[in-house]
Amino acid sequence: MSILFLAHTEPDGTLAKSALESLAATVQLAQSLGTPFTVGLIGETPGPAADAIATCGAQKFLTVSGPEFSQARYATDAAAAEALCRAAAATLVTAPATSRWNRVLPGLAHRLGGRADTHVTGVGVSNGQPCVSRWFYRQRMEAVFTRSTRPWILALEGGIAAPWQGAAGTAHPDAVAVTLAAPRTQVTGFEAPAADQQTIRPDAELLFVTGAGWTKKQADGEVKVAEAETLIREFLRLSRSSLGSTKSLVDLGGEGQSVLPFLSHLNQIGQTGSTPRHAKGLSTCCHGEEPHTVGWRFIGERRAISLDANCGWARGKADILYVADAFAVMAKVNALLAP
Amino acid sequence: MSYQIIVCGSLVPDPLQTLEPVTGPQGPALKNEMMLPSWLDPWAGHALYEAARLAGQHAGSKVWLVSLGPKAKLQQVMMTVAQKVPFELVALDGSAGGFTDASETAAALAEAILAIPGLDLTKLLLFGGWESASRGAGATLQIVGERLGITDQFQGVDSLTLEADGSLRILERVEGGKHQVSVCSAPPAVLGWATGSLPEPRNNPQVGMANMRGIMPALQKAKPSPVSTGDITFTSVTLPTQTRTTQVIKDASPEQIAADIVAWIKGG
Repeated sequence: MSILFLAHTEPDGTLAKSALESLAATVQLAQSLGTPFTVGLIGETPGPAADAIATCGAQKFLTVSGPEFSQARYATDAAAAEALCRAAAATLVTAPATSRWNRVLPGLAHRLGGRADTHVTGVGVSNGQPCVSRWFYRQRMEAVFTRSTRPWILALEGGIAAPWQGAAGTAHPDAVAVTLAAPRTQVTGFEAPAADQQTIRPDAELLFVTGAGWTKKQADGEVKVAEAETLIREFLRLSRSSLGSTKSLVDLGGEGQSVLPFLSHLNQIGQTGSTPRHAKGLSTCCHGEEPHTVGWRFIGERRAISLDANCGWARGKADILYVADAFAVMAKVNALLAP
Repeated sequence: MSYQIIVCGSLVPDPLQTLEPVTGPQGPALKNEMMLPSWLDPWAGHALYEAARLAGQHAGSKVWLVSLGPKAKLQQVMMTVAQKVPFELVALDGSAGGFTDASETAAALAEAILAIPGLDLTKLLLFGGWESASRGAGATLQIVGERLGITDQFQGVDSLTLEADGSLRILERVEGGKHQVSVCSAPPAVLGWATGSLPEPRNNPQVGMANMRGIMPALQKAKPSPVSTGDITFTSVTLPTQTRTTQVIKDASPEQIAADIVAWIKGG
């Protein structure tokens, strides 16, 4: 068995935290299997990134470099990854489940005559063979399995291991040449809210979840969307938390109802949204049953504020449920957090 | 310019149903799987609605929905989906279960697409959901694309603009709540849709009647497409068992609750 760890550099030439987490998991897997591993890096100038992980224990470093590999683009990334896999003659390939790799790895597996599994949340060894765990039906059941086809390509989810840490060194990577047709696709940039308007913060300690209750009639019979917006924005500013939303709240916009204007489908968590990973989560005004609460699946400590003591987001899911008016509580929270 | 927009999408269990894994002769499956009410996969649905919008904006364009699932369940789901937007169904009779192998599903879908009369790759936009609510792998569409020789692929798409020069401007979700903006010079391209920007269309009985004239014959001639778990050996499939002991605090004042939350946020 031979293992190849694939990673791409970030725009600043470094490796992302998710790449270092996947590297740590790969190092552990290689040790468990008693097999060496190779590191394959893609980027405009991946040499410094290779040096940064030179002491990770890899038998060999391979790189594909050039300005055309600075862009996250299927055609060039697939060609580069294919060249690295063939050069390493890998039977097992690991990579962080970034948007860039998730776009490419299944197609790469097809080119190599192998198979790919994505969203892998655990890797181990059983009877001398690698096995993985991942969730099915939108995080509603977890399976452990192995495959016989090689190469087997695994996209490892963030948080699968603590990020690899070690001394930098000199990696002496071997350059792998890739022949490319002229790309038909160009990445022209990124669109994102202004930095102070960005509400999705993957590295935040806390996930703040808002539900449709924020836009419903309150105890005095009035809808208070403007007040809700102010409270939520202020809390996000003061706490630097990441904002998640239930599907029902996001969908209200499409139905022409009063909505919180800074919410988009990108904020949506749960069955048809994301399942972010944060140390803590605070849900407010959320409702719904088990299928919708899968957005909680990878949150560590969970608390909820709801007027419904039997809310599906809380009972058996949260550590603490405050049965209270979220408008009143969050106003007080903001006052306490204010400098 | 006109487009051929092919949407790959299948059915998934109603998300409000409680799912329970069982072990069957073909490997893991869902308990009472054939009895569970089904929906069109949500992200495939978004892809279908976006496809219909684009086809409506470009005269001569056409939408196909290529769907692999048990024929009886497909018929049930199509009774609703057919009322949403105009499309022609290409049905494949096989398992739509989440434990089947993506590469086998992709092979069946690619074969069905290549058999569509008049298929023109220079006009082809291959759509689907960027993941399903069953397997949830985000793998099938890429493999179909590879099988069709399409190497301009995009996943997590929220917007596609067809420019006057024939190019495609695409917004894909990337890390940190951002969209990557790409410009592809022309079809063919593969687009795995996230949510897009369209609400679910209201039911339109006239569209439904027009669609059903083609859907019933398509279902009758649905090709048997046995897909399996392939080379996968499952060790276990389990429901999450961790249930938290929830402490319910009912009679605290907003001030007390706020102080408790702030202390918790700050690490207390």
